[in-house]
Amino acid sequence: MFTFCEDPSTLSSLPWFACYLTNGVHMLFYQSFLTVFALLAVAAPLSLAFGFLAATASRSPIAPARWLGKGYTSMVRGIPDIVFFLFFVLVLDQGIEYIRHVINCPDWDEPIRQGANFLVCDAARTPQGNAAQWVHETYNFGLAVFTYAIVFGAFCGNVLFGAMNAVPRPQLETAAAYGMTRRQAFWRVLVPQMWIYALPGLSNIWVILIKATPLLFLLGIEDIVYWAREIGGSRNSRFAYPHPDWRFWYFLGLLIFYLCFTRVSEVVLARVTKRLSRGQATAGGEAMRKATT
Amino acid sequence: MTCAEAFQAYALRAIGIGERALPQGEITVCEQAVLIGSGMIWNVYFLVLALSLGFFFAVGLALAKASDTWLIRKPAEWFIFLFRGSPLFIQFFMAYEAFVMIPRLGFEFELFGIAIGAETRWFARAWLGALIVLFFNTSAYAAEIFYGALRSIPKGDLEAADAYGLTGWKKFKRITFPTTMRLAWPAYTNEAIFMFHATALVFFSSFPTFQQRGDALYYASYFADRTFNPFIPYPIVAAYFVVLTLVIITIFGAINRRLNRHLPQDQRRRLRLRPTLIR
Repeated sequence: MFTFCEDPSTLSSLPWFACYLTNGVHMLFYQSFLTVFALLAVAAPLSLAFGFLAATASRSPIAPARWLGKGYTSMVRGIPDIVFFLFFVLVLDQGIEYIRHVINCPDWDEPIRQGANFLVCDAARTPQGNAAQWVHETYNFGLAVFTYAIVFGAFCGNVLFGAMNAVPRPQLETAAAYGMTRRQAFWRVLVPQMWIYALPGLSNIWVILIKATPLLFLLGIEDIVYWAREIGGSRNSRFAYPHPDWRFWYFLGLLIFYLCFTRVSEVVLARVTKRLSRGQATAGGEAMRKATT
Repeated sequence: MTCAEAFQAYALRAIGIGERALPQGEITVCEQAVLIGSGMIWNVYFLVLALSLGFFFAVGLALAKASDTWLIRKPAEWFIFLFRGSPLFIQFFMAYEAFVMIPRLGFEFELFGIAIGAETRWFARAWLGALIVLFFNTSAYAAEIFYGALRSIPKGDLEAADAYGLTGWKKFKRITFPTTMRLAWPAYTNEAIFMFHATALVFFSSFPTFQQRGDALYYASYFADRTFNPFIPYPIVAAYFVVLTLVIITIFGAINRRLNRHLPQDQRRRLRLRPTLIR
């Protein structure tokens, strides 16, 4: 990175660190923070969408849809979500391969599960064996994001279902009195009003989602935990930058990163709550109304 | 291998009693269920010890956070922020690296007249190292719950205590503490359940297993890797967790009833269970 970095062994400690912290692997380490942000950016809206679908299904007048919604949102009770993370990644992977197998190789007559093996025809392998490295990485990342969305969608479903029930009934009755259909009342009255009730729960889930991002490492993604372990391990003198085991310091860095991240989120979410309370028929909104008049 | 044989060989495998080698090749459902069940011993061990020790520390922390003295309040606030604001997973990693750095010493001391040998390398083992992390973690979360309850004790209760002339320790023991517990108990039940679920992370973080003695999830993922079939081991772990979660709810519910026994029926606080949340 810097011009004076050509021979690190001659440097004193300050420029040495300047060179060390900007070498190739550290750039990969910094990029892996983007992986975390990318996960959050994709998984958060996706799980909100899943949660919304689940909550809507739970209120549906059609019994099977209701069972499906309730079953999905209650699956996260009682079972650690790490189990789901490990489970869904495998299930999604095998499910995709199985579907492609059925489509691509209709004349395959051997069973797919043979003892301890899961065999599909070559055309169904996902991604293809000869695919580029980045395709493999993106595919794995996509599976991980989808798994996060499924698990956190169930959390969101719980919160949104509660929020929909918390909207005062007279609001919906008024909508019906104005001649709105069920669908119109849902989209024009219930959905706009439910957010303030959902927000405390959703902000809680957001903070939990942030704190769940290191679990990406368990799903085989090269995330910040992976790189912290990789770079922090001791390097002998064969390397350009020899150092003892520094993993503790790398994890300390990650810890501080997460502390700051959750703190900033909390402050921002507190502001959003305040903004959404404006004009609502809640205690918070009432307090604001009194303050202005 | 029949079910009875599997039970004999693997029921206590997680604590090092029984067959040494884990099942290979064709693995029956029985073997999976028994081994995963034996792994649950560790989950229960972590839960019981961390929770029961953490309870007292949490009460102390909550009182410290509610203290008027800056010097007592600030450390408690920082401790709680540190453990609540960061992922448990990272805490495990950091603690492990820190414990590995401790110089390896062995020393002996006498406790109640019995000579006990202790070694610092135990810190890098899951049974002690992970327990310490879980202990601190649950203390921080529970302290926040207790602190909230401490703040929401009805003013009238404290004034009544003053009117009766109760002060200091007596007031705390008879009024403040029981009311805090009563108010905090539903939330604390949730915390106990989260804590139980968090124990599944122990062997997935940096703490290594010793002679393949792991917890339930360790064995489940072992089987999932071996058989390449996630549909058997993971539902088994899930079932164990659901059953033990129900046990926790039953025990905590009984305590909740006892805490509220003096109240009229309709004022009793019910346990409301929230979905699990990880740290």
